[in-house]
Amino acid sequence: MKKYKWLVPTLYIIFLMLPIYWLINMSFKTTTEIINTYSLWPQKFTTENYVKIFTDSTWYMGYVNSITYTVFNTFISVAAALPAAYAFSRYKFLGDKHLFFWLLTNRMAPPAVFALPFFQFYSSVNLFDTHIAVALSHCLFNIPLAVWILEGFMSAVPKELDETAYVDGYSFGRFFFKIFVPTIAAGIGITMFFCFMFSWVELLLAKTLTATAAKPIAATMTRTASTSGYELGLLAAAGTLTIIPGAIVIYFVKNYIAKGFAMGRV
Amino acid sequence: MNKTINQKAWYFVIPVFILVAFNAAIPLMTVVNYSFQETFGNNVFAWEGTRWFKQILLSERFHAALGRQIAFTFIILLIQIPLGIAIALTMPKKGWGVPVCLILMSMPLLIPWNVVGAMWNIFALPDIGFLGHSLNALGFDYNFTQQPGDAWFTTILMDVWHWTSLVVLLSYAGLNSIQPAYYQAAEIDGASRWATFRYIELPKMKKVLTLAILLRFMDSFMIYTEPFVLTGGGPGNTTAFLSIDLVKMALGQFDLGPAAAMSLIYFFIVLLVCWVFYNLMMKNEAQS
Repeated sequence: MKKYKWLVPTLYIIFLMLPIYWLINMSFKTTTEIINTYSLWPQKFTTENYVKIFTDSTWYMGYVNSITYTVFNTFISVAAALPAAYAFSRYKFLGDKHLFFWLLTNRMAPPAVFALPFFQFYSSVNLFDTHIAVALSHCLFNIPLAVWILEGFMSAVPKELDETAYVDGYSFGRFFFKIFVPTIAAGIGITMFFCFMFSWVELLLAKTLTATAAKPIAATMTRTASTSGYELGLLAAAGTLTIIPGAIVIYFVKNYIAKGFAMGRV
Repeated sequence: MNKTINQKAWYFVIPVFILVAFNAAIPLMTVVNYSFQETFGNNVFAWEGTRWFKQILLSERFHAALGRQIAFTFIILLIQIPLGIAIALTMPKKGWGVPVCLILMSMPLLIPWNVVGAMWNIFALPDIGFLGHSLNALGFDYNFTQQPGDAWFTTILMDVWHWTSLVVLLSYAGLNSIQPAYYQAAEIDGASRWATFRYIELPKMKKVLTLAILLRFMDSFMIYTEPFVLTGGGPGNTTAFLSIDLVKMALGQFDLGPAAAMSLIYFFIVLLVCWVFYNLMMKNEAQS
């Protein structure tokens, strides 16, 4: 039995890779070939779908937009969450538990509930169709998450560290940035990973809050698909390209993922 | 950890408080506002009291969507949690297999949700998709765009594909935090594989598993994009889960009042379940 243990993860990974392979397979076919023939690999290998994406600005700007607001959001979320998580992990204060739960409730709010009011609200403050609007709206679920993960990491650091530093004459600011932040660097990395991930994959709010100037790649895909018939090859190529930023991010944090989860929080 | 009482800690929390309040409180007030009024466009409103709430709570459409939603969430939890644990137990613990497994398994988590839907759409299409084509070649009459059963099968399979890895990663982390001494002790006692799992591994994974169930519950209960792209809620309304139905009502038919009332009821249900979970989790933490 032990000998065949590797079979389970292997089969699971094959199951995970199949749809991804199919998408990549399609991305190298022409749309006519996709519709007319069924084949496990491209018969007439073509890169024209990718060429189209990289030469047409409505396509490649979609990627630029998505990455822009995702990076904005990651930095805003982590920067705001750092002091808050510190407060939650070190101090008791009036309403702390209620505040923490209230933050978490926002992670639980169905985005569909917020789509319409967000549209009206961001339009009324003249932020509609900007990267910052999407980045701010994604704070709704990323800040609670960031506070939650960071609080887990910070609580794992013994309080003696803080006290020793103060005895040694460190000011709070110097202690926080010189000692504390480096101590929980792995935690910050994990937090950024999750913020990036959830902002990158979310579409409903991103699509609702943008029209042209900040339109995310995922929205470009749905619109092009509906206007010019169904260009499957192009759609597949665009889809394949959306996997790449995620894959790069995973590669960088691979050693921390398991460790990060081990701290007990997502 | 014993925390000191310090009211000045509020200063640290202010940025988070403002950012989230800005995003949550104002839109939520808009929803509450709509839920009690009838609108005729041009910012003309008329007070309707609790009419929309009554209408939604009594409507068969809402009951049907809620029923589908509960069934879906229940099924995916039933599949993903045991499957995730099983995969985590069989994953390599050291060597080159670890990063390979972690990277490949995390892949589905980082694909935009509508791409997941589109990917599964072309993967499952009966004529040109690998899954659909293979199933039909094997003699199954499979067509997820027309048969409700197949649509459910495909939606569930897609969700298992998409999210089981999260359970795997969490369980794997829980398993990794177990000291080798526990296993040695079990070996000395001659414990069976099942006993080791039941009395050592499972209790140690309790915390991460609670979290996994909580996250999977929340996210599957709010699922929108993937089934919307895959099936569009169809055939008919058979895979129209709560969010899909809600967006249809709010943006499709522009029934703002009922849609707002439904939003609040929907939010309240998620909140209630999560509150129960959260309290259980905190109780566990207090014990350990």
